[in-house]
Amino acid sequence: MGTFNLKKNWGPALIHLFFWGFTIVSLVPFILVFMVSISNEDSILQNGYSLFPSQISFAAYQFLFNDFSEIAKAYSVTIISTVIGTIVSLLITALFAYPLSRADLPFRRTLSFYIFFTMLFGGGMVPWYMTYVNMFDMKNTIFAMIIPNLLLSAFNVLLMRSFFATSIPESVVESATIDGASELKIFYKIVVPLSLPIMATIGLFNMLAYWNDWYNCMLFIDKPELYNIQYLMTKTLTNIQYLLMKSNSSAQVGELLAKMPRETVRMALAIIGIAPLLFAYPFFQKYYISGITSGAVKG
Amino acid sequence: MQDTGTALRKQEHIRSATQKKQSNLVRSLKKYKWLLLMTLPGVIYLFINNYIPMYGVILAFKNLNYAKGLWGSDWVGFDNFKFLFNSPDAYLITRNTFLYNITFIILNLIMAVGVALLINEIKDKVISRFYQSTFLLPHIISMVVVAYLVYSFLNVESGMVNRLLMKWLHIDAISWYSEADYWPYILVIVNAWKNVGYLSIIYFASIIGIDKEYYEAATIDGASKWKQMTRITIPLIAPVITTMTLLAVSGILRSDFGLFYQVPMNTGALIPTTNTIDTFVYRAMIQSGDIGMSSAAGIYQSVVCFVLILVANAAVRKINKRDALF
Repeated sequence: MGTFNLKKNWGPALIHLFFWGFTIVSLVPFILVFMVSISNEDSILQNGYSLFPSQISFAAYQFLFNDFSEIAKAYSVTIISTVIGTIVSLLITALFAYPLSRADLPFRRTLSFYIFFTMLFGGGMVPWYMTYVNMFDMKNTIFAMIIPNLLLSAFNVLLMRSFFATSIPESVVESATIDGASELKIFYKIVVPLSLPIMATIGLFNMLAYWNDWYNCMLFIDKPELYNIQYLMTKTLTNIQYLLMKSNSSAQVGELLAKMPRETVRMALAIIGIAPLLFAYPFFQKYYISGITSGAVKG
Repeated sequence: MQDTGTALRKQEHIRSATQKKQSNLVRSLKKYKWLLLMTLPGVIYLFINNYIPMYGVILAFKNLNYAKGLWGSDWVGFDNFKFLFNSPDAYLITRNTFLYNITFIILNLIMAVGVALLINEIKDKVISRFYQSTFLLPHIISMVVVAYLVYSFLNVESGMVNRLLMKWLHIDAISWYSEADYWPYILVIVNAWKNVGYLSIIYFASIIGIDKEYYEAATIDGASKWKQMTRITIPLIAPVITTMTLLAVSGILRSDFGLFYQVPMNTGALIPTTNTIDTFVYRAMIQSGDIGMSSAAGIYQSVVCFVLILVANAAVRKINKRDALF
């Protein structure tokens, strides 16, 4: 009897063991960075980074909060571009996707191909960059962190189109047309309320793309006061002095640098940079997972 | 006489047909005015973001002179391409991009399908959800954060890996950020860490979609779990596997810029093993200002990818029409 049970429970137990391992592997890097950020600088110099800090200290956070203006500025750039970008891109995507979902739309195939072709071929990064810099003069403007490449993803349009096509009953649209409702009214009174799940999913995808973006900032922004939080983090990772150089004279920098708990400050900045996302994650993971699974592969 | 008459009538017929067509078009344009106008912002955006740069392909065939502008600059034919392919970089970046992608595709596919099969064995919904959301976490963070995480492990003086190596194996510290040889392994691990969870959820979603009756019948016939996985689950999710792999293969000369730029922290010593086409294009443009060569490399990448996706799609169409992308 005992051996029978053992044999029967072997499989599930092994599977759980495997997933605990997987969970730990996924989380450990975050925990390590957090632990370093609350370690005492001297203990780091002695023992290196450790998951179990021998001495806890919040000096790094104190140091960062002491002069929080750089981080606050970078955060406000991130928040502004994320909010504007997410709203505008959701709007453009939905406005583009809805007409395409209507079987009776003239030029439907042409328009679909127009979108689809952008997924197959591109001119490459150089002419793309030059279009924005030379034709539209976006260098060092906040628009450069909102418009290039992020505003509309062809994939999202196709995803939303198939949602509209399958879940908005044709009869509803037809009867509204007979009642004399205009297309715009049908769109915002009927289509949008019926498609809140896909709106939430695409909105979430867009929001993450804006929040995590450093690429556009790296390409288009030279002015430190326009850096977003991701790019401020990039700069600081390679050069810890970067945090100090902007708001202080060189004499002050030397003095501050001597006092600065360098190793821990770097990791504390990383924690400040990811904290909002990590806190929000439990609330939005549900939508994110269902977005991935519903969107599954084919648009 | 009769001939001219028929010809005239024919002409008349054609004219009225085109008129009819035109008025039809005008009528439907009027009727669908608002729907068509709704697509306008998107159409304009794609035109700016995707179609104008396609036009910019000619950059690769010019010697750009800012004073003369794009149109006034001299044509140089294939000179930019000749420079590119005569330099040792062309081989290196193609090899790196290609080999990394092949490794990613194979390893990630095996691991993701394996993980998906295992999640399917967990019957408790709450626990299954918990696992899924934890291993999706690496996928939602930016490459900048990943670079920090990797740095906390590999930092030479205090990184956890070196400390553990010294403590447990009594090996000298390895200066990870100056030894290019280790990076293929590091980047493969980082890529898997970031993406396997995400991919496995896609495969898991298609596993859930399989009709339960197959498994019930198999259980009655006495098929083992292993048999059920290999004979039912995998064949039934094969279309999704094909599509995902097809997409990945067609992008075999594309690379995740962040992975190859941020994670090695743009370190010069690591370039031999971490330079890919995308990082090369960026460095050639921004750091050396070589517009001609960097756009030539970009075109090379775009054209190869375009051809590959057409070929791959045609191949899949031949095997099973339903699995093709278009």
